[in-house]
Amino acid sequence: MKRKHRRLAILLACGLGLGSAAALTLLAFRDNLVFFVTPSDLAGRAKPGETLRLGGLVEKGSVVREVVDGQPGVRFRVSDGRASVEVSFIGVLPDLFREGQGVVTLGTLAPDGHFIAAEVLAKHDETYMPKEVVEALKKSGHWQPADGPAPPAATWNTLNVTKNGG
Amino acid sequence: MLRAVSASSPLAPPRGARGLHRFANPGRFLRLAGRVLPWLTAAGLALSAVGLVWGLFFAPADWQQGDAVRIMYVHVPAAWLASAGYFALAIASAVALVWRHPLADLAAVEIAPVGAAFTAICLITGSLWGKPMWGAWWVWDARLTSVLVLFFLYLGHIALTRAFDSPERGYRAGAILALVGVVNLPIIKFSVDWWNTLHQPATISLFGAPTMYIGMLWPLLFTALGATLIFAALVLARLSAAVLERRIRALLAATARDYVAEEGHLA
Repeated sequence: MKRKHRRLAILLACGLGLGSAAALTLLAFRDNLVFFVTPSDLAGRAKPGETLRLGGLVEKGSVVREVVDGQPGVRFRVSDGRASVEVSFIGVLPDLFREGQGVVTLGTLAPDGHFIAAEVLAKHDETYMPKEVVEALKKSGHWQPADGPAPPAATWNTLNVTKNGG
Repeated sequence: MLRAVSASSPLAPPRGARGLHRFANPGRFLRLAGRVLPWLTAAGLALSAVGLVWGLFFAPADWQQGDAVRIMYVHVPAAWLASAGYFALAIASAVALVWRHPLADLAAVEIAPVGAAFTAICLITGSLWGKPMWGAWWVWDARLTSVLVLFFLYLGHIALTRAFDSPERGYRAGAILALVGVVNLPIIKFSVDWWNTLHQPATISLFGAPTMYIGMLWPLLFTALGATLIFAALVLARLSAAVLERRIRALLAATARDYVAEEGHLA
């Protein structure tokens, strides 16, 4: 065996060992590496009073704006398609907040099972489209943004739209 | 005297040179780099300029994010190159450790600062984008944290390669650090798929249609390719300078040796 071949073998062996060690570590800490939990995660194991991040989509038709002690407040349900949790929040929402949008909220679970958020972050998805495309999809009945994620990209990413809605 | 130096220089190509070792000849490398560099620079700047003007002024705004989406024409190329640059750093390190290619050590040393700069651009523009859209400058989700780790790996490599009196020991320590850090690359790439993150998953993938309107995708591809060529040009320019610097050092050392030997000053 030539020396450079031995060096290559040592390098590959180290890589294999390091890779497996990293994979096992990540697997072991899987639950701690998530930025937020989903409503179905919450259903089983969260204790009231525990501070955590709850994420999911804002359920269609669930947003109720209210004024609490002269401050803007909002109630909405966060859903992951299987379970949903009622969230209350007092403060200014991010611009991207809307029904059907992803959100990540930081707060605590109240004894009655609803989630008291101290912070609401908007989580936008991986789709990027101009206003005209959204209008066209709405008009043709292919997508209502409040219902949830956008349709498959191939149906709209080369859609021919004229700029002035013509 | 010059001839004597180049013959005994450690930079001379090894006997039976082939493959990548052809470029181990610094003279050949410098000639090639000198010829390629102007074209690489011009093409990189031209593509970036076209992509940026197109993306910032003519591409449509996003229906939700409005004009803030235009940050992506800088953020996304910087993010791609932060990872791709590290991949290049790792390849240079492996070639240096296994095949002892004399240019690979220098290439690794010169890639690291450029990669660190692009990672910094990625982090800064990401933060500027995150505040108006997400509502936070920074969150400790898996994607953002793993890219921050990438930035620290670059900084660690820069510091480590310069921390030894003998450059060779620095190169070797840096190469080992770079290769250990490779484990971070799949974590960055797949963090958004493996764990819940605030950062969204990939828009553009090898398989499947890009979930981006074509009128926004084209300028992004222009800026991405332009930034890649600029990255390559920066590394090539730095590497040429490093080769020249090493040659000058060898010349100075040899001159000093000859001076001592001929004049017998220390005899």
